[in-house]
Amino acid sequence: MNLLNSIIVGVKEIWSHKFRSLLTMLGIILGVSSLVAMSALVKGMENGMKEALIAMGGLDKVLLEDQQVPPYQEQLSDQAVGRTIDDVHALERSAPLIRLVSPEMALRGATVSRAGKSVTPSELVGVWPAVLDMNLHVLQYGRFFTPLDEERASSVCVIGAGIRDELFGSPEETGREIVPLGQILNINGQPFTIVGMFEHYESERDRKEREWAKAHPQEKTNTGPARMRGWGRRGGWAFWRKNLTVYIPLNTMWVRFRSAAGAANIPDPHLTDIDLKVASLDQLEPALQQARNVLMLTHHGIEDFAFQTQENNVENINSAIHNARMSGGIIAAIGLIVGGIGIMNIMLASITERIREIGIRKAIGATFRDMFLQILVESVVIAILGGAAGLLASLGAVHVLQMIAPTENTPIITLPACVLAFASSVGIGVLAGLIPAFKAAKLDPIQALRYE
Amino acid sequence: MALVELRNVSKIYHLGGEEIRALDDVSLDIEAGEFISIIGPSGSGKSTLMHILGCLDTPTKGTIQIDGTMIQDATARQLAGIRNRKIGFVFQFFNLLPKLNVLQNVELPMVYGGLSARARRDRAMRALQMVDLENRSKHRPMQLSGGQQQRVAIARALVNDPKIVFADEPTGNLDSHTGEVILELLRKLSQEGRTIALVTHDPEIAAVTPRRIEIRDGKISRHIDPKLAGQPRVEPVGVSV
Repeated sequence: MNLLNSIIVGVKEIWSHKFRSLLTMLGIILGVSSLVAMSALVKGMENGMKEALIAMGGLDKVLLEDQQVPPYQEQLSDQAVGRTIDDVHALERSAPLIRLVSPEMALRGATVSRAGKSVTPSELVGVWPAVLDMNLHVLQYGRFFTPLDEERASSVCVIGAGIRDELFGSPEETGREIVPLGQILNINGQPFTIVGMFEHYESERDRKEREWAKAHPQEKTNTGPARMRGWGRRGGWAFWRKNLTVYIPLNTMWVRFRSAAGAANIPDPHLTDIDLKVASLDQLEPALQQARNVLMLTHHGIEDFAFQTQENNVENINSAIHNARMSGGIIAAIGLIVGGIGIMNIMLASITERIREIGIRKAIGATFRDMFLQILVESVVIAILGGAAGLLASLGAVHVLQMIAPTENTPIITLPACVLAFASSVGIGVLAGLIPAFKAAKLDPIQALRYE
Repeated sequence: MALVELRNVSKIYHLGGEEIRALDDVSLDIEAGEFISIIGPSGSGKSTLMHILGCLDTPTKGTIQIDGTMIQDATARQLAGIRNRKIGFVFQFFNLLPKLNVLQNVELPMVYGGLSARARRDRAMRALQMVDLENRSKHRPMQLSGGQQQRVAIARALVNDPKIVFADEPTGNLDSHTGEVILELLRKLSQEGRTIALVTHDPEIAAVTPRRIEIRDGKISRHIDPKLAGQPRVEPVGVSV
């Protein structure tokens, strides 16, 4: 008997026990759909984590930090120059593996105020336009700094949407988007003109929460004075921080806020940060080596600097994803195995009930192989149908997950997960069918024909 | 050379340390075209003999040759092939598959023989015509009377054009009138040149066949063969004929 016939016979057998076959498939359906839905959830989670990583400037961003002079150079520590704009120029000229250099001069503890309202920005930094690419900022309104702003040390600033929310009111509160271009705000008492504003950064989850809140306006049941309920912002720390940014031109920062710390009538030229972007992630190590060589020259051989990459963050994300995948995968695998045991159980019951049929088939010429294939095909067909139904069910399951938790990251069904789930259901069908098929095929026809 | 040649065949079972000789040194020839019955009470060994003749079982000792093939040492796979192509079975309980319709039941041996769907259909319809049931081809076995079911079983036994057909108590589950019809059908087939072996415990039924072999305690106790001098006679036990 050829394979096609076996398949037809198997399908007919399954069709003649529709309800029983459906129950048998249920295990596989649940196993496959939980495997696919689990992997979709983890994928959504992974996307959320990667979003935060990108909000912090992306994977290819490297921080150049100050460092204690190493012990063997301790006698030179008073000659250490620290990070200055010279380093930035030298890197731009001589380190081609570094794509982007962004100097930053920060003012800590600054207060930004306007019309009686004040806010402490997450960072108040003097920057070059390179910072846009470095920190992946998107300028939604106005302009960024021109060379002229830098040259003249103009009192202009570009703010994050969070600063606007605090000083002018957020769209949620005022019901409209306020664009404060041309307005004046005070930074530590000095007036600055707002020339640009970034877009509002938020994670997918926050966006969905916001939209959901908009679509489901809640009546205010709270009484008492208006207040923040709970400290800090739940989740989305990286986004919150990014929204509370205030940028001013680097030179402005230098001449206006660094005079107190300078020497010989020159404001303190030290940069608080030099951020680098490497040309390609594959070349991370050679690029860092190149940058180090350049900096060793500008620092007269004194190693008072160090690099900090996002590799650790990536590793953390990867290990968190790995763990989630492992635990979910194990649970789904147990589901599939239970489904497989269900198939085996039903197949064993089914051949016991069909011993006479097997005897008849063998008496009229079915070989071991014919019977083995017939039972195995039945089991595999059940598993395939169950697997296919499971894939459909997983679509529904993901939908349900989204309805239960509309503000979470969207689960994303991936093709590899579907292929894996389907393939393992077929594999389990084969494994579950082996023992029943073997038992059926090796039945003695005489005994089987006598069986009542 | 005879169609079936059984030489000194024994079948020995071991049951709880006790040796049971279900067949004890039996020799037998069946010629092509013969209509023969194997008679014996239950437990006499006639079923074991039929199983060995029908390639459902292999002997413990002795040789058996069917249509030129020695089968005492054949593998299960070879036996299945011989059952499929050279042997047809008709059983007491019809043994049709209830989930298949009449036509599919008759087609079943050809499915295992690997014929194309078209050829299977044509031959199955011809076999059903032989037993006068071609207009019931779409019925389920349960929708037919016992006699009709047995005729379907006969059609199934004949469909691969076997060398020999074994009918094991074919009337045992039928009323006497229907049984007559079935026996008449077997006789007709025999007259058309088929080789048929009828296995029964009932001497009256065995009477329809010219040649009769009686089995008792695993041995051939009596052998009636019209060709041998035309007279019924008692054979010495265990002597080959």
